[in-house]
Amino acid sequence: MRIREQSQLYPPITKPTASPWQHRHILDLDDFSRQEMEFLFHTADAMKEILGREIKRVPTLRGKTVVTMFYEPSTRTRLSFEMAAKSLGADVTSITAATSSAVKGESLVDTVRTIQALGSDVLVMRHPCSGAPYLVAQQVASSVVNAGDGWHAHPTQALLDLYTIRSHHGGVEGAKAVIIGDILHSRVARSNIWGLTIMGAQVVLCGPPTLLPRFWGQAYPQAIIEPDIEAALADADIIMVLRLQRERQQGGLLPSIEEYVRLYQLDERRLALAKPDALVMHPGPVNEGIEIAPEVAHGAQSVIEEQVANGVAVRMALLYLLAGGAH
Amino acid sequence: MPEKTILTEEDIRRSLSRIAHEIIEHNRGGQGVVLVGIHTRGVPLAQRLANLIAEFEGSQVPVGSLDISFYRDDLSWRDPPPVVRRTDMPTDIAGKRVILVDDVLYTGRSIRAALDALIDHGRPESIQLAVLVDRGHRELPIRADYVGKNLPSARREEVQVRLKETDGRDEVAIITNREGGGQ
Repeated sequence: MRIREQSQLYPPITKPTASPWQHRHILDLDDFSRQEMEFLFHTADAMKEILGREIKRVPTLRGKTVVTMFYEPSTRTRLSFEMAAKSLGADVTSITAATSSAVKGESLVDTVRTIQALGSDVLVMRHPCSGAPYLVAQQVASSVVNAGDGWHAHPTQALLDLYTIRSHHGGVEGAKAVIIGDILHSRVARSNIWGLTIMGAQVVLCGPPTLLPRFWGQAYPQAIIEPDIEAALADADIIMVLRLQRERQQGGLLPSIEEYVRLYQLDERRLALAKPDALVMHPGPVNEGIEIAPEVAHGAQSVIEEQVANGVAVRMALLYLLAGGAH
Repeated sequence: MPEKTILTEEDIRRSLSRIAHEIIEHNRGGQGVVLVGIHTRGVPLAQRLANLIAEFEGSQVPVGSLDISFYRDDLSWRDPPPVVRRTDMPTDIAGKRVILVDDVLYTGRSIRAALDALIDHGRPESIQLAVLVDRGHRELPIRADYVGKNLPSARREEVQVRLKETDGRDEVAIITNREGGGQ
């Protein structure tokens, strides 16, 4: 774990007057500055205004092509990107592993070179292999957006989570953010550890010891590991619940789902340990009754549906900033 | 770079005062009028015109602000990208007489973008245009209905409007760049 001078690394920000934006690709949040994130959120505010109109469409990316390439199943992320691109007037083409030449054995690099040759400005990709978007980014002239790679990163999910927190609490500076569940296999958790830490929150990771990271060492910013959920939730400002995948039990990492529910489910009794205005978040899809009780998932503190709506605005802002840049 | 002041604080006050009177005259005392300022300096100008109309006629005219970033015809910036500002329509503009307010009218491209941006918010009865300075060099068939000052300029010159709200003082200056370009 690294000990850092946080105040020096991440100076406080105010309303942006000039743009600090430097990104050509969005691969993870580890290379984001606080100013860049705040600039992105400021741009997303303008996108939210568009989404609140009767006709939710502007011609900004007319003539630009956004390709979504998903080698793993996804409903909300792909739909969210496609809605974002269409709201900005871009042309959208979708490729899934099942419909691409991947089934004929074409390599990932060959596929993206073909997409490039046909013309794409932004390539949004999800892939089961950690690091795949980094390989692709080296091969293509378009901007690459990582929509989830293996266990590694899901930066746009973390950005929309931070944006949602910002709209309720103004920011995360000094906040206690608890992530509960299968941290070990979660790209959402990894990107959120970066995002929350860069924006000034203290991250607490909670889950069964078999699903918590042990050997991250220098790879991630400092986070507190607290396997006891009551202790983790005490005075929390933000609670992120992760989806529990049933394969984890088949893989021998959990004795039973029932035990997980008993020890780690976020229910009303446990939620009461957090601050009264703590936000309950979940990246979806939700296993109601497993990692989260239905009354909490739909309760007054839940912002799960807002996360989905904000995802479109944040992704619009990203597409705008990437597709508009001169390459 | 040599800079010459074209309008002083007092000149700007007089110009805005005249424009406010013209708006009242052409729009039945300001009934059904909405002033919409284009970011950045059109916004304080629109607010000042609304204050003047209130002073002369006693009627409150709604003021909105418009960001045209998403409607430009030249999306593609070298770094860095622009800061997008808040678009705020105080009222439904459908059926209203909207007066767009900007600081400088030059090629007309910003106004073209503003017309598109505005119409996405509704269908006004009419759209008029008020500018503090018209410096010529139009590239599109666009003209202003209310002009503070017609200022013939060369393309290599830059017309800089400064306002108290955004720049700390009121002044219009013309700056001569040595090597081409302009605003």
